[in-house]
Amino acid sequence: MENKQELIQRLKEQIIKQLKLEDKKPEDIGDHDPLFVEGLGLDSIDALELIVLLQQEYNIKLKNAEEGQDVFRSIDTMADYILEHSAS
Amino acid sequence: MQITSAVIVREGSVVKDASVVFRSTETGSAFLNAAYEALEVLYPRFYKMDLLSKTGTIAADVLLKQRTDLEQWRPEDTGMVLSNRNASIEADVQYLEASKAYPSPALFVYTLPNIVIGEISIRYKFKGENAFFISETFDADWMHWYVADLMQRNLLKVCICGWIDVVDERPEACLFLVEQAPSATGHHFTAENLRSIYNKDYGK
Repeated sequence: MENKQELIQRLKEQIIKQLKLEDKKPEDIGDHDPLFVEGLGLDSIDALELIVLLQQEYNIKLKNAEEGQDVFRSIDTMADYILEHSAS
Repeated sequence: MQITSAVIVREGSVVKDASVVFRSTETGSAFLNAAYEALEVLYPRFYKMDLLSKTGTIAADVLLKQRTDLEQWRPEDTGMVLSNRNASIEADVQYLEASKAYPSPALFVYTLPNIVIGEISIRYKFKGENAFFISETFDADWMHWYVADLMQRNLLKVCICGWIDVVDERPEACLFLVEQAPSATGHHFTAENLRSIYNKDYGK
């Protein structure tokens, strides 16, 4: 598995592609920026797309919807979740 | 009742009140993205939309950009009535194709034609009556009757109505701004004027 910084970079590229954030570049997204409302300004449909992305690209299923609030707080928290669940 | 403004998106052009405001040799999505940039539409949700909603967002933006009195329109008095031939076929096919791997929620939400009304209404905070009709061709008589009825019954004071369709990645829109208040400019709101504006050829 790649290191966390490489994973963060890949996640940013995948999120831009999957969520059609064509006006954004990976460097526009801070590792700790909030993904929803302020920050990247994602909405509830985007949250569903992030769940699909986790499943499609990392074969990780969220255990429940509430878990998403913590997992999708930022790119950094997403990367931590992926590293933790890929290792198990 | 007056048609106070009209916007046509067709054959690589965006035309407002008979003046070409954007022209490009690009087609489909590339044309809409180029129009978005050139016309400074400035609405970040644009890139997430399907082609039908992108077309509607650009047409509505051009239709309303110069209006300084938008804030004075009561949301409940402002509505939309649109029509087309192909419903949301482009988004439907895209969703079907994507679903062979993983169903995409972001594609699924555009698999109804009236979503374009929702996108425009969210942006401008319109809360009035709305409807989306399917017909073979632009039915000016029906559009006139339906919108005039809403206005005569005071259900709407302002209405964006017209035709918006995308098939084979070819966007086409003709949106009319119809207002109940008397106006010194524009055309009388009649089926004949709707038809005449819709049918005007602005070349390629």
